[in-house]
Amino acid sequence: MPVRVGVVVFPGSNCDRDTVHALSIAGADPVVLWHEQASLEGVAAVVLPGGFAYGDYVRAGVIARFSPVMRAVSAFAADGGLVLGICNGFQVLAEAGLVPGALLRNRSLRFAGRQVAIAALRDDTPFTRGVSVGTPLRMPVAHGEGCYFADDATLDQLERDGQVLFRYVDEAGRPAGPAEPGNPNGSLRAIAGVLNKAGNVAGLMPHPERAAEAILGSDDGMGIVRSLVESAAAAANTPAGLVGSAGAR
Amino acid sequence: MTLAEAGAVVEPLHRRLGVTDDELEAIKDRLGGRDPNDLELAMFSVMWSEHCSYKSSKPLLRTLPTAGEGVVAGPGENAGVISIGGGLAVAFKIESHNHPSAVEPYQGAATGVGGILRDIFTMGARPIAVLDALRFGDPADARTRHLVDGVVRGVGGYGNCVGVPTVGGELVFDPSYQGNPLVNVMAIGLMEERRLTLAAAPGPGNLVVLFGSATGRDGIGGASVLASATFTHDDPSKRPSVQVGDPFAEKLLIEASLELIERGLVEGLQDLGAGGITCATSETADRAGTGILVDLDAIPRREPGLEPFEVMISESQERMCAAVTPEKWDTVREVCERWGLPVAIIGRITDDGDIAIVTGGLDAAGGPAAGAVEIARIPAAALTSDAIVHDRVAEAPTHSRAAPAPGLTDAATDRLPERGMDPGAVLAALLGSANLSSRRSVFTQYDSTVGTDTVAGPGHGAAVLRVKGTTQGLVATTDGNQSVGALDPWLGAALSVAEATRNVSITGARPLGVTNCLNYGDPTRPAAF
Amino acid sequence: MSRYRYAINVTPKAGILDPQGRAVEGSLGHLGITGVSEVRVGRRVELTIDAVDAATALATADRLAAELLSNPLIEAYAVEPLAGASSTISAAAGAD
Repeated sequence: MPVRVGVVVFPGSNCDRDTVHALSIAGADPVVLWHEQASLEGVAAVVLPGGFAYGDYVRAGVIARFSPVMRAVSAFAADGGLVLGICNGFQVLAEAGLVPGALLRNRSLRFAGRQVAIAALRDDTPFTRGVSVGTPLRMPVAHGEGCYFADDATLDQLERDGQVLFRYVDEAGRPAGPAEPGNPNGSLRAIAGVLNKAGNVAGLMPHPERAAEAILGSDDGMGIVRSLVESAAAAANTPAGLVGSAGAR
Repeated sequence: MTLAEAGAVVEPLHRRLGVTDDELEAIKDRLGGRDPNDLELAMFSVMWSEHCSYKSSKPLLRTLPTAGEGVVAGPGENAGVISIGGGLAVAFKIESHNHPSAVEPYQGAATGVGGILRDIFTMGARPIAVLDALRFGDPADARTRHLVDGVVRGVGGYGNCVGVPTVGGELVFDPSYQGNPLVNVMAIGLMEERRLTLAAAPGPGNLVVLFGSATGRDGIGGASVLASATFTHDDPSKRPSVQVGDPFAEKLLIEASLELIERGLVEGLQDLGAGGITCATSETADRAGTGILVDLDAIPRREPGLEPFEVMISESQERMCAAVTPEKWDTVREVCERWGLPVAIIGRITDDGDIAIVTGGLDAAGGPAAGAVEIARIPAAALTSDAIVHDRVAEAPTHSRAAPAPGLTDAATDRLPERGMDPGAVLAALLGSANLSSRRSVFTQYDSTVGTDTVAGPGHGAAVLRVKGTTQGLVATTDGNQSVGALDPWLGAALSVAEATRNVSITGARPLGVTNCLNYGDPTRPAAF
Repeated sequence: MSRYRYAINVTPKAGILDPQGRAVEGSLGHLGITGVSEVRVGRRVELTIDAVDAATALATADRLAAELLSNPLIEAYAVEPLAGASSTISAAAGAD
């Protein structure tokens, strides 16, 4: 019985079909969750896909965080449920305070639509258990507001506590600098993705679902998608219903 | 208006609307000999404009070959549709938005993308790719750089938000485009053949439903001479001639439209572009051989105080017009409301072949309500299929010469590099030239991978897309040859088709069909025509 | 020379479609807020101008607003002097 993974659709989400497709290939049973619904239909994990929820008007993700479905997602996350936010999804999670930091306009002030490489800093999270630490994973970014920001004290704490999940890297796997070619948006400390304190909610700006099949140029993203699916399956089979924190070292 | 101005001879209204004297006679002819009223004149002026009627080019375009294996929908529909087997078909079309882009590059390009996407999904096809063919003047010129920057951001801003990848296109610089940039956008969509939805309004008694954004004053521009006294002092804030696009609304429109089509809820669907409601109603009625009674008051407006002509010719974006049977109305409304789109019944399909407009509402039977006033009545055909066609004069400009035929040696006066020039320097100059340098800074502003179908994106001679669920791929390219075309139009066009065919074939694909976007100057100038 | 501080408020022109305003209005329901309408979203730019007098500074602010900070086709602007912002600064040479 394939594990049910929810994909939230806001008006303006445009990567939901891609995310559903990638989850299917990864062996999950994707369940579309419309923004107006307050029920998550018993899914074992939730993905907030990319796009321009509510047009990204006022601030990317800010309107989306007030939708009924996000109230349910917040409660699900508070209970330890697995939540992954991709691109716009990451922005929504940040606006909702479910992951630390904020996503600002790209340093270049231009939309960045290209291939990047990221590397996972941990392989012991629900999102990266199938991925090798430090190996460059090639996948596309496509965003105008992907510059990760937090103040220095927060950044130091995130690094100490293992909450920096992905960093932009060069082809050899070395962390990218503050700018092109390795860092597509000026993210501080080349942070491409983060984890919440409890370790059950993650967000990243690049699109693993667009690098889930070799024909598209890279299937390096499948490791992340499959990690989520397998972690969700494990959580669904746990007698208590939901997995506890996987964040502590 | 000053006394001096009031004393001057005022140009007749029809001329101020861009209608020539002989066109006015032709209009009266089609109205059974009577004069059109102001509203009707405004509608004719828009529908008989070159952009809407193709009055100068129809005789020539009719000579192009349109039949072929697999053609599901040819010219005359919103987009061309070709079968690719397995019950699937591809819809595609290319369109220009040049003048608006010269005026306001971001919005001009953005609404150009919006318009062409609508032509695709109105047929029932989900848009899967966009290609943009751009031509500008001298890149050393600050204005050119301003245009390029705005247009590229506009194409990206709209396409990226709507979630359709921009997978290819061209960026060409040539002095001939200095005052007139070209912004041509191609869109491709994928559909199940059985879902093909035509832009007709069949079935007298059926409802005419408008859904999408509310109607405002966008794009009224030239017809503003008709505005009532309050506005004659031309307060610029009152008349936005520029169309502003909302890609978020378009994304909702795509989903709602495809759902309506998928669930068989509409008898016909037409998108609104140039000519607004006038165009959508007259074209769909004409195609079905029916008429439409328009309930002007029912049209959702963005702001109060719009005059009838403004409502009828407004080019507010992100709107669609559907023919719906009465029993399906409740479901149609539910779909639109769920996607957050305003929706309203704005008229009824009739059998009299006319576009008739009333204020004061319709009654339950679908006729004018008691006390309603009819403010316009024009045969639908007069606005569309029976619009005037001009036989323009074509005259080769005297300064040109025929391009040398292949195989003949060039004349000594042709400007070719002298012998003895340093080949390395020539190569470096070429590689650094505006037309050969990398376009990376442009196409990285586009999302070329959304949709997870892009196999080969920008930077290749042709874009390659995979078709999910099949082993098939689609290949697309845009090409044009302006330098040869300026000297020898026939040869320039032929070379463009040949180049496009080559770019597609070298990927291993079999060319299926061609769509063209011909951009030329004023057709009343013999040299341009 | 004195220092003058202004805010330039740029808003969509009346009649122009404002997708942001519409999106905000549409989301009010989720926050349980009623009675809010006609939302227009713009932007505000605050800046300091060094000039010989207020009239000159205002002219500069106006020019900046018209030529750079707003798109006259689709936006309107208003220049707002910011309270208590003007102060005298010394000239570059031969300070007073």
